[in-house]
Amino acid sequence: MSEILRLERVSKAFGGIRAVSNVSFDLSEGEIVGLIGPNGAGKTTLVNLITGVHPLTAGKVVFTGQDVTRQKPYQAARRGLARTFQIVQPFPQMTVLENVAAGALFGGAPDTMAGALAEARRELDFVGLARLADTPAASLTLPNRKRLELAKSLAMRPKVLLLDEVNAGLNSAEIDGALDLIRQIAARGITIVIIEHLMKVVLSISERILVLHHGELIAEGEPRAVVEDERVIEAYLGAKFAARFKQETAGA
Amino acid sequence: MPRRALALIGLAAWIGLLAATPWIADNYTVRVAITIAMFSAMALSWNFIGGFTGYPSFSTAAFFGIGCYVGALAQRNGVPMVLAWTLATVSVALFAAALGAIILRLKGHYFAIGSIAVVEVVRLIVSSWGSVTGGGDGLNVPLLQGSPDWVAAKVLYVMLAIMLAAFAATVLVDRGRLGFGLRCINQNEDAADMVGIDTTRFKIAAYALSALFCGTVGAVYASWVGYIDPTDSFSILLTVKVPVMALLGGAGTVFGPVVGAGVFVLLEEFFWANFLEWNRAILGGIIVFLIFFLPGGILRLDYRRLLRRTLRQRETGQKSPEAAE
Repeated sequence: MSEILRLERVSKAFGGIRAVSNVSFDLSEGEIVGLIGPNGAGKTTLVNLITGVHPLTAGKVVFTGQDVTRQKPYQAARRGLARTFQIVQPFPQMTVLENVAAGALFGGAPDTMAGALAEARRELDFVGLARLADTPAASLTLPNRKRLELAKSLAMRPKVLLLDEVNAGLNSAEIDGALDLIRQIAARGITIVIIEHLMKVVLSISERILVLHHGELIAEGEPRAVVEDERVIEAYLGAKFAARFKQETAGA
Repeated sequence: MPRRALALIGLAAWIGLLAATPWIADNYTVRVAITIAMFSAMALSWNFIGGFTGYPSFSTAAFFGIGCYVGALAQRNGVPMVLAWTLATVSVALFAAALGAIILRLKGHYFAIGSIAVVEVVRLIVSSWGSVTGGGDGLNVPLLQGSPDWVAAKVLYVMLAIMLAAFAATVLVDRGRLGFGLRCINQNEDAADMVGIDTTRFKIAAYALSALFCGTVGAVYASWVGYIDPTDSFSILLTVKVPVMALLGGAGTVFGPVVGAGVFVLLEEFFWANFLEWNRAILGGIIVFLIFFLPGGILRLDYRRLLRRTLRQRETGQKSPEAAE
């Protein structure tokens, strides 16, 4: 598997606060990587740094061999570096179909409105929103808004998709549906970074896990290994969870 | 779409009526028709930035005024009239593009205030730069040749042509990639950025489009009236009137600005003629009423529901529960 995204000693300071410091890692094509860490660890900031929302204080972002450190968000989107937002960001007065078509037209391949609409219909089919295509985006329920956000990102034909808490606020049945969908997205060959609070979700789906704490990358590796890491247990998981998780996976 | 076709026929009839005024009506009416065409063109222009993009711009008067002065100065220096108008159009568009790169970083109320400040700043520059602009004394512009009737007709047709051009541009933008992108920016600028819209370039394009036709209108206006001065060219009233017209008709729609400009100018003329002392107050009251009760503009009214309600009322002879809400 070849490298698709590489971060080299990426740092971000907001005034005196170092939100992200010296984070380095790389992603291989087609991987599903989980990014975890306590509240305020800098996960969303890191996504914002990768997609050009905030300029970096120091460091380098390399995407498909190209230095994209100074890119703007729209450039990231066009290059194939898509993201979803923790708080969903639809175009509220447009229909569901138009929302997705926006992603296809501006971030994806089609150059014509008709092409974008066709692409949008395909993606709505994929995420299971086809029957709501003509309703205004503002009237969707939360799980469906999250699906819309996914469809919009997919229509941009991303190479890497950063999912910022797509499962937050969903109940367990809805989460199962969302996880299925994420697996199907990965099956299309899209590299996925999933930011998540629900440990079970991350551990069950990720091939590799990155742990962020106070803006620093404190652990990286296979889910099993990360869960046993002393520092991760101390910073985030707590001893109880680690023990239970070990038990559960040993029994399985 | 039959509704759209109907609206297009309505627009064609309206323009036909305006164009016929020199033959069927007196000079006063022709003057009203010119004013309507002029304001329709400017309201359509404003619609690009204020309607589609959702940036409440109050810089219309700056564009109009610069158009006046560039046109007038060019003509005074021997540039043929039509070329002077073109020059005014191009320079106003360039001015807006350069300015847009700076003030479009502001959002909401801040942008509104910034765009109003532009009018004042340009006015002050023009009135202080006496050696070029004539300062507060104003400028005489070479008069159009011909009888008053002929001049009025000529100006009317030029203004109507500008209005049609602005309308054609609106239709193109509305259907195309640019319009779609601007609507995305209007509804959620961060999300627009994230789906790959170069928001800065799109906003600058919208701002330049909103300036372009105002520049032409200004230059033609200068040729029409034959004399311009800073107060008249950079009037705050103009800068407020134009957005009100677009809002009145329906901001962000294709036909709204035309409807709004027509209704507003006719109302204004009516009150001017009938309530000489109170006309501004009455007009202000109407604006407040319209903004409160018709926030989406005249075109967004649900006429069928309104009609049904009135019919039901007439049948029962009393207030229906729906009307009481």
